[in-house]
Amino acid sequence: MLEKALDGSKTYWAWIIFLLAIMGVGSIFYIIQLQKGLMVTGMSRDVSWGFYIAQFTYFVGVAASAVMLVLPLYLHNQKKFKNMVILGEFMAVASVVICMGFIVVDLGQPQRMLNVILYPTPNSMLFYDMIVLTGYLLLNIVIAWNNLHAEWQRRPHPKWLQPLIYLSIVWAVSIHTVTAFLIQGLPGRHLWLHAIMASRFLASAFCSGPAILIILALIAQKFTRYDPGKEAIRILSQIITYAMIANVFLFLCELFTAYYSNIPGHEHTLTYFFFGAHGHGALMGWAWLMVGAGILSLAILIPSRSRNNPDMLLVGLVLLILATWIDKGLLLIVGGFIPNPMGVITEYAPTGYELMISAMIYATGLLILTILWKVAIGVKKEIGEV
Amino acid sequence: MGSNRRQFLKIAGVTTLLGLGGGITLSASAYQPEEEGTREKPTRRRAGRWGMVVDTRKFQTEEDFQRVIEACHRTNNVPEGEAKPIQEIKWIWKDHFEHVFPGKENPFLAERIEQNEFLLLCNHCKNPPCVRVCPTQATYKREDGIVQMDFHRCIGCRYCMAGCPYGSRSFNFCDPSPYVEDKNPDFPVRMRGVVEKCLFCYQRLEEGKQPACVEASNGGLIFGDLDDPDSHIRQVLRENYTIRRKVDLGTEPSVFYIV
Repeated sequence: MLEKALDGSKTYWAWIIFLLAIMGVGSIFYIIQLQKGLMVTGMSRDVSWGFYIAQFTYFVGVAASAVMLVLPLYLHNQKKFKNMVILGEFMAVASVVICMGFIVVDLGQPQRMLNVILYPTPNSMLFYDMIVLTGYLLLNIVIAWNNLHAEWQRRPHPKWLQPLIYLSIVWAVSIHTVTAFLIQGLPGRHLWLHAIMASRFLASAFCSGPAILIILALIAQKFTRYDPGKEAIRILSQIITYAMIANVFLFLCELFTAYYSNIPGHEHTLTYFFFGAHGHGALMGWAWLMVGAGILSLAILIPSRSRNNPDMLLVGLVLLILATWIDKGLLLIVGGFIPNPMGVITEYAPTGYELMISAMIYATGLLILTILWKVAIGVKKEIGEV
Repeated sequence: MGSNRRQFLKIAGVTTLLGLGGGITLSASAYQPEEEGTREKPTRRRAGRWGMVVDTRKFQTEEDFQRVIEACHRTNNVPEGEAKPIQEIKWIWKDHFEHVFPGKENPFLAERIEQNEFLLLCNHCKNPPCVRVCPTQATYKREDGIVQMDFHRCIGCRYCMAGCPYGSRSFNFCDPSPYVEDKNPDFPVRMRGVVEKCLFCYQRLEEGKQPACVEASNGGLIFGDLDDPDSHIRQVLRENYTIRRKVDLGTEPSVFYIV
């Protein structure tokens, strides 16, 4: 089946070479980071996690979102998702690889990372995160590949996969819950220390992930004429809208708790985000862009007339991705460290190194996604299911 | 043909996995822990739970602070004057009241408190969140209460820094070696990419000595066994009103302040 990835147009190969080039350039920056240490990043003793961990957090959500297709197809027999589900599962695979990449480049001593397995430590949430991420990666590879292989041979889906599929639904929820637990149980990090963190993670995952999936599927459709299914996109965009409403609602709950209680520790970071504090306000522009993009995306996605218009839908989804990315991929992680435990503000901005190394990881994920989707679409076309 | 190749790839894959798994198991069993430094020494200072009292009345001048900080830095090879100040390493340092005790400040604070500075160091908590979150047990609590670091096991994930509510942990963003003047050959200089912090001079306790800062403090720092009701530190705690940093978080710091 994999040979289908070797048979492509000039555009396909140009895209592959482009991705490899980004990975190549990015890896030069990574080698320098390995030699000099994380001093090449913008991180500090106060803001000790930055862009890398934030991207990791965002992409755990993107990975978890495959369940929004798997669940309706396999539990509710919504056949309209059958073309799209394989794309979702393969996107989950690529996203988990991106997550793992960001963890590795964030380590100070990456050559020791197997210590996590050598000295298993069940009281650390990172231990569970390693288990759930690896498990989710394997589940999606095994399920998607075997289902596709069965279709290719024009046989029914293997029966033994059924329990794995059900497991993958629960597992998708677990990866994002554990990632939220990673930060929501730390004493003294007020921005993170609230019970709705995991629910908000899931809500934001279930809107941002499928939004990215729809956009990527539409791009793939342009190049391959593979139809993800109009009905599938229509229903999925409804799911996205509901999830985004839930996400915004939970965020407003956070704002209410912080400002109505008037407890300084709970307000401090939020005030810094939106209005600046102690003369620092580097993230204010991003914070308000998030608000604007979020409101606008809902204004487009809630009315069914604009949501069902393909062009408007696209605008709405792009705005939604922007808003959720600023929220989780930019503000949330850094915000936990601002102010520091002494109440002092040290600001953070990623350096060129961090951005180039991040580009390397994104390109790796896109390369995996491209190859897997090429195979999937190739098979679907061969069996005449376009 | 196609199925043969598939079969071959499957077998090759499984063999590789088995090889890797076997390799890891073998190397794990070949690991012999270094026991040289942990062997019982006759002069060793022992305790149920080491703790410290900072008598802030005895830290008035810049010199009072510098003497203590320098003793620590020299003993423990703490780097100074790194290229990026926001990435600096701190073991013991000073700050103003509202930063050391956030939430305890008030607008009409006694002048003596408002103008003075206070020492900060690792609290060696009874319930250390850094130990709870560490995925490799590179940081762990010893039986005598010291929150210890294994610099050779730390993977540099910095989860402990997110977990510590006191900002007591520092990460070696770069190789610290060029920034350590007059290296103390009896204590390792750390490598880049690992987290470090105050370790209550466990190596000096082994030799029956006090921590370096305590020795240099002219009685400003009292160190001893919190579990022993007859110890000097317990006597000091009985006779003076003391506070600790952020007790509401349940970490149970072992460092007390007389203010």
